[in-house]
Amino acid sequence: MTAKKVTGSQAVILSLLEEGVDTIFGYPGGAIMPVYDALYDHSENVTHILTRHEQGAIHGAQGFARVTGRPGVCFATSGPGATNLMTGIADAMIDSTPLVCITGQVASPLLGTDAFQESDIVGMSIPVTKWNYQVTTPEEIPEAIAQAFYIANSGRPGPVLIDLTKDAQFGELDFEYKKCTKIRSYLPEMRVDPHHVKAAAELIDAAKKPMVLFGNGIIIGRAEDELKEFVEKTGIPAAWTILGLSALPSNHPLNVGMLGMHGNYGPNLLTNEADLIIAVGIRFDDRVTGKVSEYAKQAKIIHIEIDPSEVNKIVMADVAVIGDSKKVLKMLTDNVKQNNHAEWLNEFKKCMDIEIDKVISKDLYPEKPGLTMGEVIRLASEKTNHDAILVTDVGQHQMIAQRYFKFNRSRSNVTSGGLGTMGFGLPASMGAQLGAPDRTVIAVIGDGGFQMTIQELGTIAQNKLPVKIILMNNNFLGMVRQWQQLFFEKRYSFTELQNPDFIMIAKGFGIDGHKVSQREDLDSSVDKMLAHDGPYLLEVTIEKEDNVFPMVPSGASVSDVMLEP
Amino acid sequence: MRKEYIITVYSENHIGLLTRITIVFTRRKINIDSLTVSESAIPGIYKFTIVIHETEAQTQKVVSQLEKLVDVMKAFYHTSEEMISQEIALYKVPIEPIYESDAIEKIVRRNSARILEITKDYVVIERTGHKEETQALFEELNQFKVMQFIRSGRVAITRDPIERLSEFLKERDAYLDSLD
Repeated sequence: MTAKKVTGSQAVILSLLEEGVDTIFGYPGGAIMPVYDALYDHSENVTHILTRHEQGAIHGAQGFARVTGRPGVCFATSGPGATNLMTGIADAMIDSTPLVCITGQVASPLLGTDAFQESDIVGMSIPVTKWNYQVTTPEEIPEAIAQAFYIANSGRPGPVLIDLTKDAQFGELDFEYKKCTKIRSYLPEMRVDPHHVKAAAELIDAAKKPMVLFGNGIIIGRAEDELKEFVEKTGIPAAWTILGLSALPSNHPLNVGMLGMHGNYGPNLLTNEADLIIAVGIRFDDRVTGKVSEYAKQAKIIHIEIDPSEVNKIVMADVAVIGDSKKVLKMLTDNVKQNNHAEWLNEFKKCMDIEIDKVISKDLYPEKPGLTMGEVIRLASEKTNHDAILVTDVGQHQMIAQRYFKFNRSRSNVTSGGLGTMGFGLPASMGAQLGAPDRTVIAVIGDGGFQMTIQELGTIAQNKLPVKIILMNNNFLGMVRQWQQLFFEKRYSFTELQNPDFIMIAKGFGIDGHKVSQREDLDSSVDKMLAHDGPYLLEVTIEKEDNVFPMVPSGASVSDVMLEP
Repeated sequence: MRKEYIITVYSENHIGLLTRITIVFTRRKINIDSLTVSESAIPGIYKFTIVIHETEAQTQKVVSQLEKLVDVMKAFYHTSEEMISQEIALYKVPIEPIYESDAIEKIVRRNSARILEITKDYVVIERTGHKEETQALFEELNQFKVMQFIRSGRVAITRDPIERLSEFLKERDAYLDSLD
């Protein structure tokens, strides 16, 4: 292969093409203009989505990455452009989402001089990136980008940032591209130790009340089939974190539901009765464990995890199997005996019956006049045959959507889990739609979060992305209000919102929509939204004091899960 | 129980890595008592020696967070007893007391310290040792009003007969090559 002479900015685009990038989210500005100029020649190969704010670009890239499993790519200029990416980078870091962020930077002689639109984005993004690097000469570009893609999407994925000084973009180099497959100081995954697998298999065969907890590690590791085979062979009930949601079909008989603060009654309560916890690709977030000192004390713990630093971080493992979830589960299935735990599984069923009676039936089939979020989610899920991609924002609607939306297919749930980023939903739905153009994407968003990134309606309209937006409007920051009601004596300090006419705003952006407030109109409203050709906003007026239950109060044990206030 | 641990980090020499390493500590509100960085015996690989007071459980977690950093090859932790360590201290003392008596000379001899420079105004004394030793010398010399005092971070070496890093690097290289 002979090298050809190109500019640094052309090298950026050529490198991205070498990595198979076909979609970029971004926002131009002074310090990234040479890259944008080079992009102009490649519009037939690359779709560039011009968002209305850099936060929209990065959440878009996250949505894309989550549904495709490929790194999301975004561009931003120096200074404010770069700093506007930070929330999304932090979100991607904690949810292990692969991203390659490319930011422009002032020319290298100006570094450190407080030049116009200079910000130390490399310094600022250190705590929230898996890796970052500043390029100051054009020759470094191909290797830096190759390393960026390798690091972002290998091992435990995460966001990386490449900061390109303007002189590196303008300068010339002999372009040659070699994909990165190895970095001396970086070990993306470890070889699975068969002794640990054997030890885990022995615990599993001996257990009477075992429980699988699975998370994002199943989806990232594309281990859905291996998980299914493992639970089917052993007959072990499996519960999920919200990042693991959709990895096992909702209707699978061993899928016993959601863990954590607003998870299902059984998985929380029975965590403290199980004799064995098999945690796969989860990091024992405090929203999952509740009070750690009272978490599953009676159980042996097997922790299957690709990132060694997660083992013994929160919960001490009796057996840790470090490695890729797909490989570990396959080995484990080969080593365990066929089994079933019908009686134990029935405990979950009993808990579910209680939960249906106390919570779920009222959420999904309410008799009170006000509309509930639960009935909206149920209809949206049913009317898409549980085949849609669900994107949520953060808050009550998110928990309700995670609880009640059903899934047949993996990689179908896009939500901000670890960081809990309000404003995530709308822009992430654009990325999800671009990543899965043939699927129905439903964005469920509250009235608070919607107004944090509402400007992205413009991007959705301009790119004709047929996202179906369900706005759950209770004129409140509902989750905060719920906590105020339960833990702050109903002192509703700054949680009530005076909202605009959302339908008029959507129409102003060229997006059709309507508002529904009556139960008798809800069914046909969801139909109308789904049948609409193009993006659509369905605003639903939600009962003001609709709460999310069950609930493990902050700092309480999982077995103290409350079914009602 | 909190006690003194010495963390050794072997890394690439990349810009920004010092920040990446130190924020692993600051984020957990762990104070770094001492930090030294220099090139290791293996060219291109840098060695950080970091001293903290912490529980062993927290120290273990910090070490695994350090190893997770892309540019870090390997991190170890040891108690002070498991390592041989040394610090260096410099003391600037006014010259007059030297003219007046042999007290300073005796202190220097007794401490196996040495004199680096003598001018008409001051004398610079150097001592290596553990922190308690360099501190004790400071207190002794301070009766003559020490003008300036500086102590280095710690350097430390394990009591292991083998260099663990080179073995580790060999194994890792073989493993990385075996990956597809």
